[in-house]
Amino acid sequence: MDSALIIHRLHFAFTVTFHYLFPQLTMGLAPLIVYLKTVALRRNDPTYDQAARFWARIFGINFVIGVITGIPMEFQFGTNWSHFSKFAGGVIGQTLAMEGMFAFFLESAFLGLFLYGEKRLTPKQHWWSAVAVFLGSWLSGFFIIATDAWMQHPVGYNRAADGTFELASFWQLLLNPWAWWQYAHNMSGAVITGAFVMVSIGAFYLLSKQHLEPGRIFVKTGVIAGLIFTVLQLFPTGDQQGKLIALHQPATLAGMEALFEGQPGAPLVLVGQPDVDKRQIDNPLIVPKMLSFLTYQRWEAQVTGLDQIPQENWPSNIPLLYYSYHIMVGLGTIFIAIMLLAGVLLWNRKLFDARWMLWILLLSLPFPYIANTAGWMTAEIGRQPWLVYGLLRTADGYSKTVSAGNGWFTLLGFMGIYTVLGILFLFLVRREIERGPLATSDVSH
Amino acid sequence: METLWFIIVAVMLTAYVVLDGFDIGAGIIYLVVAKTDTERRTVLRAIGPVWDGNEVWLLAAGGTLYFAFPQLYASSFSGFYLPLMMVLWLLMLRGIGIEFRTLIPSGIWKNFFDAIFSLASILLAIFFGAALGNVVRGVPLGPEGYFFEPLWTNWHLGPHPGILDWYTVLTGLVAFVALLFHGAMYVAVKTSGDVATRARGLAVLSWPALFFLTICSLVATYFVHPTMMNNYRNHLIGLLVPAVVFASLGVMIWAAPKLKDKVAFSASALYISGMLVGAAFGLYPTVLPASTGPAYSLTIYNTAAGRHGLSVGLAWWVLGAALALTYFLFIYRMFKGKVQVEENESSASAGAAAG
Repeated sequence: MDSALIIHRLHFAFTVTFHYLFPQLTMGLAPLIVYLKTVALRRNDPTYDQAARFWARIFGINFVIGVITGIPMEFQFGTNWSHFSKFAGGVIGQTLAMEGMFAFFLESAFLGLFLYGEKRLTPKQHWWSAVAVFLGSWLSGFFIIATDAWMQHPVGYNRAADGTFELASFWQLLLNPWAWWQYAHNMSGAVITGAFVMVSIGAFYLLSKQHLEPGRIFVKTGVIAGLIFTVLQLFPTGDQQGKLIALHQPATLAGMEALFEGQPGAPLVLVGQPDVDKRQIDNPLIVPKMLSFLTYQRWEAQVTGLDQIPQENWPSNIPLLYYSYHIMVGLGTIFIAIMLLAGVLLWNRKLFDARWMLWILLLSLPFPYIANTAGWMTAEIGRQPWLVYGLLRTADGYSKTVSAGNGWFTLLGFMGIYTVLGILFLFLVRREIERGPLATSDVSH
Repeated sequence: METLWFIIVAVMLTAYVVLDGFDIGAGIIYLVVAKTDTERRTVLRAIGPVWDGNEVWLLAAGGTLYFAFPQLYASSFSGFYLPLMMVLWLLMLRGIGIEFRTLIPSGIWKNFFDAIFSLASILLAIFFGAALGNVVRGVPLGPEGYFFEPLWTNWHLGPHPGILDWYTVLTGLVAFVALLFHGAMYVAVKTSGDVATRARGLAVLSWPALFFLTICSLVATYFVHPTMMNNYRNHLIGLLVPAVVFASLGVMIWAAPKLKDKVAFSASALYISGMLVGAAFGLYPTVLPASTGPAYSLTIYNTAAGRHGLSVGLAWWVLGAALALTYFLFIYRMFKGKVQVEENESSASAGAAAG
């Protein structure tokens, strides 16, 4: 195995995984903050304004780290993946450049107004600045997903004489069906993170008997949003995404399910450890014929297995792919159960006194982050060994001129800086939570 | 079409340097002109609402470069691997310095982030200057259109130079002093009292160095890359650019001592633009010259994306640029005028007052 290839993959994987811990909360909180501000404006309710301001402070800290860790992502296309950039830049350069022109300018301009401009603006103008930040962050997400979707399911391109990809149809690139389902699934996942974080902090306040009024708003808002989006995450977005994978990436589906043998009436593995050498699942807990049914709505449908795919086209890390996928789906299912239960209690006006449920909500905080990360790992490990699915292999995409030694140097550098950033983030957010929703804003210059 | 995108990318990069240049410059002089906590908050508040938006020009220019000239993006970013990564680290540290300083009302916490902010600003100015120096001087491109440059070799020019040699160190220093002046005049425009006086004084003090370094760098460029003069010989209109550069230098030293801060700031923006446009004009149609021989040089023609993509891009780029310009005018209007920070206000109420 080429050691430089491994380093470049680790380099991107590490920086993007760390980065995405932040935008998922930014994008998830943005619509919730807009909701809180809308209620505050409509009912002229200062508690909702306080709630919105509190989350704007968390949002601000989170946003800064998201921006700071996002800059290296765009750069790495050129620095670590120069062959890929040379071949694919003519197509995905479109979406990446559009992100800069349409999303970044919008976000950065209005974030300043939103965070620091409340006293200078009328409530309505301030509401608009919140909407602009929301739009900017969601647009940014769309262009990134459209880029990734093209790598997963390339459309709208021609190949030039020298092998590089050229744009053939702008609208096919933007209207890639893969992009829209992936976008819906991903944004819903982000709102789930936002909702769980909001619920968790609210539950913390209620359990510790402080800031009761904003605490209840947090829990109520988070549970309602959480209930809606955990369901949307499974159906239709997750379901449709799965069907696209079955249609266009049968090797990925086989790897996700560790289906070593293609068969009609394929079973769904709930738990078990794949043994790739022996081509079997150890200690399996299965539901017979379920995979065929979920994929094709027919109990006896044929599902392609790994044995029907040449081994050089297998996903390169099947156990990790299998676990990522199972962790994502497992957690997603548990989220629906938690939110349903909390929703019923909320409906019966018992939630704020049900301490056991508040404890569950409090402790659920890290899990949406894990589920979102596992989801992205499923998408990206599942795409292997391809960089552009079916067209360009990952092994042909990295910067041949950048040695493993130089890759290690910068990877270690990023690890060091990100460790410091992570500690700073936790420290600052913990401080905001401790100060609570009643503190005056000091996000200032 | 390729030429049009060359101009667009050059304009975006120039906009980046002029805009982010003044907040980097403010960082360079930060520790010298702002002594007390109140003064430091004044300087930070002058750049606070705009620095992030300014930096977006770098991202947007990078994205546009990637889209229009993928081969150039691939070659230059992988070839300048180490310095680019260091620029990223510096940009990160600088962002943290600005944004996190005010979050904790503790002297030690603030001092730490002040130092980070200023140091990162100083190094960024030098790095960016050296980067431009590398592009003008040329890099050791191979037949495949790739290269890898170590940080330094023997500090001499030649077919296999490092990122740093005497020429790129010189361009780094030019950038450092130019942004120092630029940032100092911005601070003078946006603040009042001692801070403005010190910033103006520092700008005037730095001017002779800027004048001397500018002449050195122009002369050195003539010897390092003599073919750059061809475009000027063939298109005499190009000579307007150096004329603008020197006229701006004159206006800068005339206006600054007379407290015409806005004039001096505008002149330094014009000076920086002139230096960058001059380099771009001289290089065209080359975008990355090869030190290994002109046959390997990257030009706008052998690095551009497909025709269809470039024409489609033009439509959305114009729309995006118009929107971006609108936001910028709006934001700068919102935060126009001199910033005020009261002596005794606590850090906690500062935000409300700024709001």
